[in-house]
Amino acid sequence: MADFVSGFWNIYVMGLVALSILFCVFILVSNMKGERNADGEAKLHGHVWDETLAEYNNPLPRWWMYLFWLTIFFAIVYLVLYPGFGNNKGLYGWSSAQGEGSQYAREMQKADETYGPIFAKYQTEDLKAVAADPEANAMGGRLFLTYCAQCHGSDARGAKGFPNLTDNDWLYGGEPETIKTTVLGGRFGVMPALGPVLGGEGTKDVANYVRSLSGLAHDSLRAQRGKELFAQNCAACHGPDGKGSHAIGAPNLTDKTWLYGSSEATIIETVTKGRQNQMPAFKDFLGDAKVHLLAAYVYSLSNKTEAAK
Amino acid sequence: MQSQATYNYKVVRQFAIMTVVWGIVGMLVGVIVAAQLVWPELNFAEWFHFGRLRPLHTNAVIFAFGGCALFATSYYVVQRTCHTTLFAPKLASFTFWGWQLVILLAAITLPLGITSSKEYAELEWPIDILIAVVWVSYALVFFGTVAKRKTSHIYVANWFYGAFIITVALLHIVNSMAIPVSLTKSYSAYAGVQDAMIQWWYGHNAVGFFLTAGFLGMMYYFVPKQADRPVYSYRLSVVHFWALIFTYMWAGPHHLHYTALPDWTQSVGMVFSLILLAPSWGGMINGIMTLSGAWHKLRTDPILKFLITSLSFYGMSTFEGPMMSVKTVNALSHYTDWTVGHVHSGALGWVAMVSIGAMYYLIPRMYGKTEMYSTKLITTHFWVATIGVVLYIASMWIAGVMQGLMWRATNPDGTLTYSFVESVKASYPFWSIRLLGGVLFLSGMLIMFYNVLKTIAGEKAYNAPVLTPQAAHA
Repeated sequence: MADFVSGFWNIYVMGLVALSILFCVFILVSNMKGERNADGEAKLHGHVWDETLAEYNNPLPRWWMYLFWLTIFFAIVYLVLYPGFGNNKGLYGWSSAQGEGSQYAREMQKADETYGPIFAKYQTEDLKAVAADPEANAMGGRLFLTYCAQCHGSDARGAKGFPNLTDNDWLYGGEPETIKTTVLGGRFGVMPALGPVLGGEGTKDVANYVRSLSGLAHDSLRAQRGKELFAQNCAACHGPDGKGSHAIGAPNLTDKTWLYGSSEATIIETVTKGRQNQMPAFKDFLGDAKVHLLAAYVYSLSNKTEAAK
Repeated sequence: MQSQATYNYKVVRQFAIMTVVWGIVGMLVGVIVAAQLVWPELNFAEWFHFGRLRPLHTNAVIFAFGGCALFATSYYVVQRTCHTTLFAPKLASFTFWGWQLVILLAAITLPLGITSSKEYAELEWPIDILIAVVWVSYALVFFGTVAKRKTSHIYVANWFYGAFIITVALLHIVNSMAIPVSLTKSYSAYAGVQDAMIQWWYGHNAVGFFLTAGFLGMMYYFVPKQADRPVYSYRLSVVHFWALIFTYMWAGPHHLHYTALPDWTQSVGMVFSLILLAPSWGGMINGIMTLSGAWHKLRTDPILKFLITSLSFYGMSTFEGPMMSVKTVNALSHYTDWTVGHVHSGALGWVAMVSIGAMYYLIPRMYGKTEMYSTKLITTHFWVATIGVVLYIASMWIAGVMQGLMWRATNPDGTLTYSFVESVKASYPFWSIRLLGGVLFLSGMLIMFYNVLKTIAGEKAYNAPVLTPQAAHA
């Protein structure tokens, strides 16, 4: 694929590049001969500014000229060998990332050939068995630190809005296969904004009811009113008892685990404005074999096997 | 031979004093952000966060400190070497107050998070327009003064100042093109890789013309003046000036190696960065060799120490720069602290030291004297600053190479040996050394501030009479 939208730009760029290099050659060649006085002393250029400012006209230092020539020579050779002179591909036919012979494609292929079998070895094994294999678990841990720690933390304990993966509390289910599905395909969690439906008072009532579900301090009158509103507006996803649903990723509201926080103010914010949360899909990026190891590792975090201890 | 007219020193004096003030402010913010990396707890408020203070630091040192130094010295040099007063003195006065307003607005908007998010061009569009107006006024004053010069030849320092003024206008206006949506928010006129390329065309030429050509202009006046020796080679200045101007424009793509930028652009950026080595060194040679025959002055004159050391750092960082633009080297150095070290060997070692030397020459002359209050304090400043720079650069080199090696290290199964945060943890000792280097450099500026106060205390502002140029002789 050409980088230019028309043939003109190809010529334009070639012209400018050539002009710039030729200009360096010209300015160098036209100043190569320097003169000195007969006794070898440097000559003054003749003008004086501000009482004392004058200039010798020493010849260019020889080593410096050679250095200049060397870089110009290197530039020309490089532009012959590598892409750089307009649309010319260069004699090496090198490309960073375009096409099958590109450096990226070759390095990826080499990596796949070298490392592919190491990962493929575990791909067909049962996830629980992989989780129990110390070597596989270590590999999964290294993958986790590279690809997952940015959100879930180096210790996998998560952060506000990013689930803790070590507490055996799951939004979508903690079976190893379910975890693998989550990593492969990603998840997109949506809590709708209910502020407009519930109104300010209603939202506060619901928040107090939600707090009551896990035994947190609450206004019992408000919680009582909130219970009815909850049944009408929230139970469809979170269930009549507030225990949530793995099928749609609706959090259990009766446990002590909070993704965004359990204070009345935070719950009111969550209910009023809703939440949107995304776990990216890693299927195309990492491939099934690496995700297999990752899923086993994440499973091991909540299900301490011999390997993970 | 004196005429009645006097040089316009007022605007020079104003910019010179503000150079010292903004130097302290900018470097103080630098020390704060360096401390925030060592102690993350110091990020205690939104407006005091690293992400907001870092652009304040870069803007303050480049445009406030460096900018004021360039304004001060260029207004001084262009008058003295053209043997005439400043053209349009009221406009010159406007450039002072306009530039201070720009700095003040930057100091308010950047901590508030008002930013265009373009590195070294973060200020939003209304401030950008003010910068453009001030800059065009600057060009009018400068070139107007050159036009009414009393000498036949234009002195070499003015070529560099002139190139710097014209190019910065071009860079600023093109890169800042944006579509405003409100007074404090705009979107770049460019998108995607074009936006990135224009940003780094601007970014690298800000280095090339603001931080190099401008300060070479400074060097070409203050080094021969302070050494009291003729410039080494007129011929060399011609070659390196034109070669520098012609090739710097191409170097921007080396900031975008291994990105979505097309291969040809990366190649061209790399080879022209390499060609830049000799033209850059031309300036260093011409400056240092000017001292030939007067080397002994280095022993006793701390101002010359500043000027010549700055040229050594200039030579070092202009060697390092082309090397880092080589793609294989860049693959290791990019995104690491090595880049930060490289920038500071240029910014502290070259830009700040040459400016400090020039200010020590300039400030007493603004008050009718030729010497600072204390030469001893200048010597102290020199050693404190030099040790500071060396600690800064050395720690960042080690940290940078270490980070680059840690990031690319792999296990036998192809997974990364180190997580990112492990490289952060390993960097702490070096960040502490860097902080120490920064504190030393800032302390030097405080010594300078005291020395300047003592020099000008009780003194009357002085404007030297305009000199008639000497007749040319061969």
